[in-house]
Amino acid sequence: MSPRAASRLESIGFERVYDYVAGKADWGSAGLALEGENGSETRAGAHIRTDVPTCRPGDRLHDVRADLDESGWDTCFVVDERRVVLGRIGRRAIRRRRDVSAEEAMTLGPSTIRPSGRLEAMVARMRSQRLTNLPVTTSDGRLVGMLTFPDAEEALRRLGR
Amino acid sequence: MPTPIDHHEVQRLLAEEQAQLVEVLPAAEFADEHLPGAISIPLKQLDRERAQQLDRNRPVIVYRYDSQ
Repeated sequence: MSPRAASRLESIGFERVYDYVAGKADWGSAGLALEGENGSETRAGAHIRTDVPTCRPGDRLHDVRADLDESGWDTCFVVDERRVVLGRIGRRAIRRRRDVSAEEAMTLGPSTIRPSGRLEAMVARMRSQRLTNLPVTTSDGRLVGMLTFPDAEEALRRLGR
Repeated sequence: MPTPIDHHEVQRLLAEEQAQLVEVLPAAEFADEHLPGAISIPLKQLDRERAQQLDRNRPVIVYRYDSQ
């Protein structure tokens, strides 16, 4: 549809026409704001916590544990230099006594959502799957933050939904 | 031929060249959500008269929901 619209504008005489092919789905997934009746306030990205701990694959579990103790979180995301999520170290893994690397301790391929995910759907998902939180990443896998169940439920209440 | 761009280039064109954003989906979908500053010209209404809303001296970026 947008290639046709762009071509149509060119045929009318517009000289500089661009086609944002990936469209608003991509825009929202990149964590960028949307306006409208179901704009950003109704999306996961507006209600996330951004202080979620991260570590690198080569970090030692002992050090990760010490950082987590200070942060108040009980989970840590293993990310690369671009903040792309490689894995997650959860509560159980963090209690391991052996001081392995984060890469060895992490669970691969944690389930993630996009910032554009509808808040109502995310709350329903967390409720049905008994999840306390959902990590939020951009469409290219970079960690944005964490949507917690209490935050999401409270946001829905405030939105009157 | 229209130039395909990603969201980084959209942001640059908006910031540096005062580009105009046009959503070509039906009006109800525009009302539901749209990019900040965009205007709605559904594809089926995109004729010369509607196009007069646009400034021919500035870049125009069209978009829909996704690439499908």
